[in-house]
Amino acid sequence: MRNILLVLQREYLVRVKKKSFIIMTLLTPLLMLAFYGFIIWAAIGSIDTKQIDILDESGLFATEFKDTESLQFNYLMGSADSAKASLKSSGADALVVIPDNILLYPKSLKIYAEKNVSLELKSSIENVIERQIENIKLTEAGITRKILEDSRVNVSSQTISINEGVEQASSSVAATIIGGICAFLIYLTLIIYGTQVMRGVTEEKTSRIVEVIISSIKPMHLMMGKILGVALVGLTQFILWIIFTVGLISATSALFADKMPANTEQAIQTAQEIQKQTNPAAAHLTQNVDNPIADITQAIDGLNIPLIIGAFLFYFLGGYLLYSALFGAIGAAVDNDSDTQQFVFPIMMPIIFSIAIAQFVIREPDGSMAFWTSMFPFTSPVIMMIRIPFGVPVWELVLSMTLLVVGFMTTIWMASRIYRIGILMYGKKITYKELGKWLFYKP
Amino acid sequence: MNAKTTDMNILETHHIVKDYAQHRALDDVSLTIPSGSIYGLLGPNGAGKTSLIRIINQITAPDQGHVVFNGEPLQQKHIRQIGYLPEERGLYKKMKVGEQLLYLAQLKGLDKKTAMEKLKSWFIKFDIKTWWDKNVADLSKGMQQKVQFVSTVLHEPKLIILDEPFSGFDPINANLIRDEILELKAKGSTIIFSTHRMETVEELCDYIALIDKSRKILEGPKEQIKRQFTDNTYLMEFTGDAALIPMEYSPKLVSSANSGYLCVNIHLPDDLTVNQMLGDMIDKVEIRSFRENIPNMNQIFVSSVGRIPEH
Repeated sequence: MRNILLVLQREYLVRVKKKSFIIMTLLTPLLMLAFYGFIIWAAIGSIDTKQIDILDESGLFATEFKDTESLQFNYLMGSADSAKASLKSSGADALVVIPDNILLYPKSLKIYAEKNVSLELKSSIENVIERQIENIKLTEAGITRKILEDSRVNVSSQTISINEGVEQASSSVAATIIGGICAFLIYLTLIIYGTQVMRGVTEEKTSRIVEVIISSIKPMHLMMGKILGVALVGLTQFILWIIFTVGLISATSALFADKMPANTEQAIQTAQEIQKQTNPAAAHLTQNVDNPIADITQAIDGLNIPLIIGAFLFYFLGGYLLYSALFGAIGAAVDNDSDTQQFVFPIMMPIIFSIAIAQFVIREPDGSMAFWTSMFPFTSPVIMMIRIPFGVPVWELVLSMTLLVVGFMTTIWMASRIYRIGILMYGKKITYKELGKWLFYKP
Repeated sequence: MNAKTTDMNILETHHIVKDYAQHRALDDVSLTIPSGSIYGLLGPNGAGKTSLIRIINQITAPDQGHVVFNGEPLQQKHIRQIGYLPEERGLYKKMKVGEQLLYLAQLKGLDKKTAMEKLKSWFIKFDIKTWWDKNVADLSKGMQQKVQFVSTVLHEPKLIILDEPFSGFDPINANLIRDEILELKAKGSTIIFSTHRMETVEELCDYIALIDKSRKILEGPKEQIKRQFTDNTYLMEFTGDAALIPMEYSPKLVSSANSGYLCVNIHLPDDLTVNQMLGDMIDKVEIRSFRENIPNMNQIFVSSVGRIPEH
């Protein structure tokens, strides 16, 4: 135990003191802040008030355009030509010309502007006109807007998950987001820290210090000390990221506090707009939510946060132990970094596979694919983290965790067999057959 | 075995056999290493020396046979009493010299405080105080060797195993290390030398063992082995007529030293004593010097293994 701790301490201190660690630890929260800042900027930026001139030749829309926070309407008289000519000097951002025959030719509406008109502005003007034309035509047909509106029913469902008899309001959006973030973090860290273990082992082997060390302590202790040391580096990085990100964001929020309250909602909506454009799948989930912020806050309250954090730490550690043992064994078997490729690929496959099927699991978190892949120890760390925010029966969770523990104990056993032979073997091209034989060698 | 002999021996190996997938690396190797000696473990490349050293260091285990350390079966706790300098030297390149030595000493079981004290005295002894905060990668190869030597002996092991300890040292530092080895011996440590350099063996070793093709072919006190390899030939310098030396001594003229005397190699017939042969010679020529041919380690190595030691 003392030896494992000594190795762990060295591995930890060497890595934490590295420039790359410090840079990554500081840079990531700054990137998060920059992203957050961009959303705020986008929200604040969009409330520039635009001046819109309206030349209504039809006389049907005299009261229809109402000023909003971002749009100010100004009715003009006179001819279209003179209005166009004076557009530059009037200081207006756009000129809308509604011809008198708009009822007959709805496509004859014209918007003039020096710069391109934003899609948003265009559609909001079109909406006003469409609505008014609709009204006029409905009235002509004897139907009032009141009748029409009464006939429309807005159907919106709330998803409720029934968990141990207690009904909890849940939002599949919040579950999707949280599960997705956790799964992706596990995916990334398995690869990043697994590779670090592999590099560390190869470094010890090629620099030949390994022979000195294993004449002092058991190879298994060296391997475990390294694996646990790197795990601790990972946890340190997580914790620092969370502290810095939360710190930076709350500091920034305080700075913009005077501008924020009115715009928070808008900011989140803007973020959702962005999400809708980039991810149509998520969009259909958000569509039926009337007041997304309140719902998300409520839904996050509804999620079992301690369970999610506990499960995250468990699956991170379990998955990391499972994979880093294999990465370590490869590092011991080969002579240099460039020989690792052929062995690394098969190990990466299940990690990449699990992130690839993540989107199907999100769509159907209780499906049979989700079930089996969340039991299989090589995919369960990623897949189970997606499923947990949606709610997973206790027996499934216990089974999956047990299998993961059995899984990492097996890979650690295999890795330690390969490791103790591999680190003393130089100048030999290693094959899978050879690795298989090592498992059963006597020390 | 009886208790008395084991007390005198720091290490005994009994009928060690070690098999690898393709070949047998050690075949029935029994060695006895007396306490306080410098013991030369010799043999051509691939003879099995490293396999044996790894077994003594408990890096690997023998398939058959057992090892006795200081009268007890070799076990994990003995690791602290052994210091090992492998032939392929290695240190963490990006770690500071001081931190690294402290770490390696702690792995050998020293507590931090003791390790620190011992380290300081070595840094003063080798006059390398300024190296403490340097990265190993910034040191020259010879300097790294010095650091590695310190790491081998820092925990004051009873048994020190040095694999080619002088490679990579310039003559001045090689002498420094040689003096350290003699000092460690004087303090009571036992040293196992694995080397191809026969001049080192000649100079330092009290005992030798020769391993070839996985088997031990020679073992014993160096002087005794040399005696075994004497061939009853003598070197005689003289003045007079070489033709007068009787043919029964099968004289062969060899190039003489700068003395200007004639020089001849003669063989002592089995039925005569040295004095009888000398008496015979005195009548024929005027003897200036006379001594027995004692083979050097290089000759013993060649005649035992049939090859010259390679570097």
